[in-house]
Amino acid sequence: MDKLQGRVWIFDDNVDTDQILPGYAMAEDASKLAAFAMAGSKVADFAKQVQAGDIIVAGKNFGCGSSREQAPVALKSAGVGMIIANSFARIFRRNSINIGLPVMLADVGAKLQNGEVVSVDLETGEIHTATGVLNGQPLSENVLATIRAGGLINRVRQELNISSGRKS
Amino acid sequence: MGMTMTEKILAAHAGCEKVEPGQLIRAKTDFLLANDITGPQAIPEFEKIGRPVFDPDKIALIPDHFVPNKDIKSAEQAKALREFARKHKITHYVEAGRMGIEHVLLPEMGWVRPGEVIIGADSHTCTYGAIGAFATGVGGTDLGAAMATGDTWFKVPSSIKVVLTGALPEWVCGKDVILSLIGKIGVDGARYQALEFTGPGVANLSMTDRFTISNMAIEAGAKNGIFPVDEKTVEYLKARTNHPYTVYTADADAVYEREIHIDLGKLSPVVALPHLPENVKPVAELPEIKIDQVVIGSCTNGRIDDLEQAAKIIAGRKIHPDVRAIIIPGTQEVYMEAMKQGYIAQFIAAGAIVSTPTCGPCLGGYMGILAAGERCVSTTNRNFRGRMGHVDSEVYLAGPAVAAASAILGRIAEPKEVLA
Repeated sequence: MDKLQGRVWIFDDNVDTDQILPGYAMAEDASKLAAFAMAGSKVADFAKQVQAGDIIVAGKNFGCGSSREQAPVALKSAGVGMIIANSFARIFRRNSINIGLPVMLADVGAKLQNGEVVSVDLETGEIHTATGVLNGQPLSENVLATIRAGGLINRVRQELNISSGRKS
Repeated sequence: MGMTMTEKILAAHAGCEKVEPGQLIRAKTDFLLANDITGPQAIPEFEKIGRPVFDPDKIALIPDHFVPNKDIKSAEQAKALREFARKHKITHYVEAGRMGIEHVLLPEMGWVRPGEVIIGADSHTCTYGAIGAFATGVGGTDLGAAMATGDTWFKVPSSIKVVLTGALPEWVCGKDVILSLIGKIGVDGARYQALEFTGPGVANLSMTDRFTISNMAIEAGAKNGIFPVDEKTVEYLKARTNHPYTVYTADADAVYEREIHIDLGKLSPVVALPHLPENVKPVAELPEIKIDQVVIGSCTNGRIDDLEQAAKIIAGRKIHPDVRAIIIPGTQEVYMEAMKQGYIAQFIAAGAIVSTPTCGPCLGGYMGILAAGERCVSTTNRNFRGRMGHVDSEVYLAGPAVAAASAILGRIAEPKEVLA
């Protein structure tokens, strides 16, 4: 689960939360959010085009603005496998990790093409393309632990020794 | 080596003698907040943990974004928040008609205090830095977890020291201070960092100005934006809470990532042009920009002093025929005070719309959505593409005086152009 593969979608700097999930979609039920993923961005029909496992590659300050967790939830439920960016806005990054959506720091937007397939190793930070290897920042142990648990709530439950109620 | 204000508050809440930037800590939370659009998302996460709330007196659930309900979906969200509040006997749930915009309401009610650690499922939770608290926005999952555990983890931020000197000229306000700062450092200029405001200029800033400045710390990417506690803070709190609180001051040898100096006396009325809060320009340098709408209100500028500024310009004049001016008092208390002062009558006589407290238009929810090509001067906090409606509409951020002057003249204008 620490290795992901998908098609690349390139975005610019400062992609804000209104681009990722517009305010008008905030009244929608969680199950409907996928349809609004990136609806306010330059790729307004992203939700229709995205395929499971696709990877967003962006510039600096991705996810700036609102604390709306619905933003990373919309991306994850639309099928986005992970996000790579030069930098992330703090709350967005934390929300993504909390819901189990991997986010990685790497300055690779200019070195990748829209639609090309890459595979990413979250543990080493290596981004494998058809022609070579690019380097991102490996995810920290703390972040990996939350991602592997499937998000913060699962991790808190584990820490509090709350069983799922099912016998294994 | 000493500690900054932020480091001291976090150390005290983590049970550590000392913390350093970059350190991962688990800190006790004094107060938690969610609203009608983030609460319903936090609730199922909280319920997955399967524990009771850590303390029903230390959680505020405020329906303010799409309330009074704008449609069936928002009514369902408000209902989910209300039912959760009843089920868990949440003390600080405030119904429409008594409520206000959360970040105006909480300090007004005395529910947040200096030295506290406050997290809210709303990015503008950083507002409470104005009274010397460590306050920051989180997502629904973090809030849901904290509602169960009463704590959360933080990476201790490094601090930027913003040294303020001088005093604001007439018609220049806290909004001009924070927009000028964001214009200088950019929308990620304080990313992951604490903004600590200090210097002799602080004493010359009203609490309203401080709330506005801390409120938009997030627009520079900051984790929090904190002010020292001084006489004005103590005076403000005296009328609102008897609860004891701890005042933390930065050590003289505290370490800052960098220092930024702002002479308040040299600032002028500014606006942030579309589509980023960092696109800041003095109003005096702008070409003629005709507008269709003005919004005065929000968690940034919905306090009584803000409405007073607007009223001084609007009273006895008429809103420009091509402009819809929407004025939204931040809370019922602000609304009532504005009525007593005669501002509401002045706004209505001028041809403005006065609304019950709501976040509505700020995030493109309702009560002033823009059509394609429309322009709005707004005292809110974000001017991202599509923020207030159609992706081809434009939002210009400004303080209440500039917004009011623009409403009168039908173009972006300085107050002195109206008053001349």
